[in-house]
Formats: sequence, structure tokens, C-alpha cells
Amino acid sequence: MDYIRVILTIFWKDILAERRTREILSAMLVFALVVILLFVFAFDLSPETRRNTAAGVIWVTLCFSGTIGLNRTLSVEKDRGGIDGLMLAPADRTALFFGKALTNWVYMLLTALFVVPIYSLFNNTNLFSFTLLGVIMLGTFGYIVTGTLLSSLSLQLRSREMLLPVLLFPVVIPLLLSAIRATSILLEGGSQTELNTWLVLLFSYDLIFLAISVMVFDKIIED
Amino acid sequence: MRNSTKTSLMLIVVDILAASLILTALFMVFYYAPVEVEMGLVQKIFYFHVAAAWTGMLGFLVALAAGIGLLRSGNMKWDIAGVAGVEIGLVFISLSTIMGSIWARPIWNTWWTWDPRLSTALIMMLIYFAYLLLRNGVEEPGRRARFSAVYAIVGFVSVPLTFLSIRLFRTIHPVIIGSSDPAATGVFEMSTRMTHTFMISLVAFSVLFVALFWHRVRLGVKLALFEQRKMEDFTGED
Repeated sequence: MDYIRVILTIFWKDILAERRTREILSAMLVFALVVILLFVFAFDLSPETRRNTAAGVIWVTLCFSGTIGLNRTLSVEKDRGGIDGLMLAPADRTALFFGKALTNWVYMLLTALFVVPIYSLFNNTNLFSFTLLGVIMLGTFGYIVTGTLLSSLSLQLRSREMLLPVLLFPVVIPLLLSAIRATSILLEGGSQTELNTWLVLLFSYDLIFLAISVMVFDKIIED
Repeated sequence: MRNSTKTSLMLIVVDILAASLILTALFMVFYYAPVEVEMGLVQKIFYFHVAAAWTGMLGFLVALAAGIGLLRSGNMKWDIAGVAGVEIGLVFISLSTIMGSIWARPIWNTWWTWDPRLSTALIMMLIYFAYLLLRNGVEEPGRRARFSAVYAIVGFVSVPLTFLSIRLFRTIHPVIIGSSDPAATGVFEMSTRMTHTFMISLVAFSVLFVALFWHRVRLGVKLALFEQRKMEDFTGED
């Protein structure tokens, strides 16, 4: 019970800080909008191709703006010396991991709640459905778990933020692929069994990365 | 002193063994194994292609084991083994991909196609390349070892995925050991002589791996010593 309270406290602290500064989430949302515009202009998407590429565009947009959140939520602690205080907290180190992951996840879900309606608006269709929300939650969960682990590692490197995408993207490509395929089946139609296959794959990826992260996180922030 | 001459003698033996096995395998590929009926000479790439891929994945497996060993014990020897595994693995996976590409040009009529097997192999290469970049970014040896170990564990998820990709997904990449997808192009049945050649190639590449790994670990030990001396000099001057 205490463990969950620590997680929620870290999460709530981040949300309070964000409410006062409004720097991370606003950057994520604006960047997401920019990426969508870039896609539309770069490929001069016709209504037909726009429907076919919607899943890919949405996920790539989410991933790109996700890295902003991943980089910031932990590096603010390092820059302002908050990390020492967090490490001194009388709780298991993984509570810090889950607290930060929860913050990142909520940021990313908020970004998704912004991206999907905006994309629907631009293309005069309604993409939103509760199944899609489920797929987005599953996909972003795995992305955030892996991302929080690797960002806690990359921010201790000489090059800081620069290396996170290089480390993170290849690892999550299979997860992203499953998410994109599941999303495109939802948007364009497709067989239920195929959808289930991708969902199972997505779910197992989430579990694998969650297990690895919990096991190795305290080795990263040891000192 | 005597102990180190003994190990270097052992290493020379392994070197010679690896070299002669590779030559034997090469000889068998060209003179012992029959020419495959449909694909002709280009099928002979298969023996070294699969053997190199196996060696590459073995390297990554070693890196995984070394990563787990390091995180459990904190012994820096594991780090030396880990980076040796990744470096050798990366070389062999690249070789395997290049050989596969040369084979695919006449058989699939293309150097590259976005098939699940090829894509997953490429992702795997990217991950282990990122591993080397990561090592490059940390100066303090202890931290570098821990970070690399973590990334070797996270990255290893891509290896079984690559191995299983031709057995799980619809693909045009042939499966020689096991049953192929009906869509696969370039499938063939191995004759007895082919199986012999294939086995010898596998053994030859595995022994080559052992020899290279040994050399790389020796080099790693020396590098670690050098790094340590450098640090001592640095603090000595203060």
C-alpha cells in the first residue's frame, strides 16, 4: 500500500510541477501538431492514401513527441538536483521508476487524445473508438516502460538526450509495428483473428519489457 | 608467467584448428557438396550464410549471459566478455546479411526486400550498433559496464524474434531446417552430402567464434589494464 502511495506521490509531484510550468506537455502537443503537418505536406496525402496511412502517421507522431516527455521528466530531476531527494526516499527504487513511467504514460495518452481528434478533424472522419483507445493504451504502455528505462540510462551519458532515440527506437520497432497493424485493422477493417494476433503480440511485448525494466532499473541509478 | 605462455599456446592451437576447419568447410562446399538442381552454384552460399548467422546470434547470446552475470556479480570480467560477444556477433550478422543479399539477387531477383526475416535482422543489427554507441558515451568503466549490460539484456529480445521470424510470419525466406512457408522462394531438400557440409560449416564457424572471442577477451583485459593505469597516472599527478 505504501509502495503505491510513493508511486502516486511522485506522479502527483510531477503533475503539480507541470501545472505550474507547463513546459513538457505543451511542447509535446505542439510538436505532435508539427509532425502531423509535416506528414501531410511531405506526402501531399490524397483522401485515399490519408486513410491508409493514418495508423502509421498517428503512431510515428506519438513516438516522436513521446521522446520529448521521456527526456524531460527525468532530466529535470537531474538538473535541479531532485534526483538525490528521490533516491533518499524510503521506498524501493522501482517505485521511482513506476512513478516516472506513470507520468510519462499520462503525458503520452494526453498527446494521443489530442492527436487522434486533430487528425480526424483534418481528414473529416472520425477515427476515435474505444477499441482504438485500448490499442493506444497497450502500445504506449510498452513504449513508455522501455523509454523510461532507457532514458534513465541515456541522461547519464556524455551526450545526454541525443542518444535516447537511437537506443529506444530499434528496441521498440516490433512493438510499434504491432500497434500500427492493430490500429490500421481498426481503421480500415480487417479480420478479427488477425487483430487478436497483433494484440497478443502487443501484450506480450508489454509484459516482457515490464519484467526486464523492474529487474534492472535499480542497477542503472545505483550511484 | 608460465601460465600465460600455456594459455597463449592453447590459443594458437585453437587458431590453427579454426583455420583448418574453415578451409575444410570451404573445400567441402566446393568439391564435396553436390550442386543444387534448381538454384545451381549460388546455393552454396547457404552453408556459410547460416553458419555466420548462427555465430552472430551466439555472440549476442554470450552478451546476454555476460550482462546477467555482470548485474548479478558486478565482476568486470563479464563486461569484457559482453563487448566481445557483441562485436563478433555484429561482424558475423553483417557477413550473413551480405551473403544472403548476394544469394537473393539471382533467386529473389532483388538485393533486398522488406521481408520479416530481413527486417528483424536489420533491427537486430541496429540495436547492437546502438550498444556500441552507448559504450562510447560513458567514460567511467563501472557505469559503462552496468549500462551496457542493461542494454544487452533489453536488446536481446530482438534475437529470438529474428530467429523465429521465418517460422512465425508469412515470409519468402526459406526454412531449411523445419517446414517452410508455402510462399518461400529458394527452398530445397538437403541431401546427405549437403548435410555433412552444413554440419562441418557450423562446427568450423563455432570454433572460429571461440578463437575470435578468446582474442577479443585478451585484448579487452589489456585495454582494461591500460585504462586503469591511465586513471592511476591521472590521480598520481594531482
